Amino acid sequence: MAFDAAYEALTDHEDDARWAYGTGFVDPLAGVSTVVPSQVERADLVAYCLMLGDDALVMSHRLQQWVTRAPELEDELAIANIALDLLGQARLLLSRAGEVEGAGRDEDALAYLREASEFRNVLLVERDDADFAHLVARLLVFATWRLALLDRLVTSRDPVLAAIGAKGVKEVTYHREYAAQWVVRLGDGTAESHARMQAAVDAVWPLVDELFRPDAIELGLVAAGVAADPAGLRDEFDAIWAQVLGAATLRPAVTPATAQSAAVSAEPGGPPEVGGLPGAGGRRGEHTSAFAGILAELQSLARSMPGGSW
Amino acid sequence: MSAPTRDAAEVAGLVADPELPMLTLADLGILRGVDETGAGRVVVTITPTYSGCPAMEAIRDDVIGALHGAGYADVEVRTVLTPAWSTDRITRAGRAKLAAAGISPPGPAPRRAAGPVPLTLGPSRRDVRCPHCGHGDTELITAFSATACRELRRCPSCREPFEHVKEI
Repeated sequence: MAFDAAYEALTDHEDDARWAYGTGFVDPLAGVSTVVPSQVERADLVAYCLMLGDDALVMSHRLQQWVTRAPELEDELAIANIALDLLGQARLLLSRAGEVEGAGRDEDALAYLREASEFRNVLLVERDDADFAHLVARLLVFATWRLALLDRLVTSRDPVLAAIGAKGVKEVTYHREYAAQWVVRLGDGTAESHARMQAAVDAVWPLVDELFRPDAIELGLVAAGVAADPAGLRDEFDAIWAQVLGAATLRPAVTPATAQSAAVSAEPGGPPEVGGLPGAGGRRGEHTSAFAGILAELQSLARSMPGGSW
Repeated sequence: MSAPTRDAAEVAGLVADPELPMLTLADLGILRGVDETGAGRVVVTITPTYSGCPAMEAIRDDVIGALHGAGYADVEVRTVLTPAWSTDRITRAGRAKLAAAGISPPGPAPRRAAGPVPLTLGPSRRDVRCPHCGHGDTELITAFSATACRELRRCPSCREPFEHVKEI
């Protein structure tokens, strides 16, 4: 039977022409600058790069989980491309974190070998989407916030963050537009799609405040002219959010106070979700129960085959 | 290895882009510098089109391979992020090659006023010319196509779908 050897060609390492881009590359991002701007603590810059890098990495992973499940083929393409852009941003930021840290950890070590408590992403990105409306609501929140943030980084005193910001602004502008158009399409659609889009907006809203709550490390870097002040992004976020909800015929979400108490009791009998507790959150390494599943999926291969390559 | 016979910048510039093979790196405008820093030594500087561009590794290996083939023994490829690539960097020749391959070339990249990036929720039709029949008013199907740098459009006149390199 010819099929007996169907997989042999895939393990033949004599010739890698069958892979679209060949195999065995050296990482092209190695050699990212290790220079730290004056009056900036190395550890603070590492932490900040991890925050922004982990946001992109985890959001990218959640988007990837939607590929093959989107409503139309065009959306598979869009979601995969958005995930790829964010993965690219994550790679740059984690590489920079590793280089500045100087402890020999590269982007792979940081992505695959850290424990949940070492991840610094906001809780918004780890949320599991109940349906497609939840995904586009979450992506709209994420992209609107990140676009405003990256746009501020363009003038950062750190040249690597400034470069990542300038590049990312062009990309995330398209991400925000994609999400906004879907929110409008569903909100201003049928009675069913309107109701589900409204439910998604209400469900995502409790996770919004964390985005604009500065952490102590961020505040220090804001003062040093390196980081974007999260609180300073709120007006731009609110204006875009109102524009999209208006076009989508959706009402603003319920107030954060009501939503927070709802989030705490999200799992009857289970432990309270830290997302609902004031002052707690992902920037401090405190994650929701959904995060364990993400890390298991993201890290299991790398952890079971240390140093493996293909 | 024999001494180089061709100009390093020309050799690197003629390497084909893996995603859009009708374009050379020079056409695409991602080559930031080709410096001969010693006998047989070249430092090539490239910039990615998008942060997550999966072709960067392949491009780098192709550049090294091409320069080795031209007699340069010691080739280093560096990646720079700034200034960020824009579709305005695609040359006139590159635009003609895209159109000849049925891909609509990008218009001018958007110019931003001061303040926040505006959000457009407008109609999906705009004046992007159909590469098949030349009709001007085509419709967006999706802003993301086979790669991040291309969007998929449809022509209401000849009814054919086509790809357009979107402006960034």
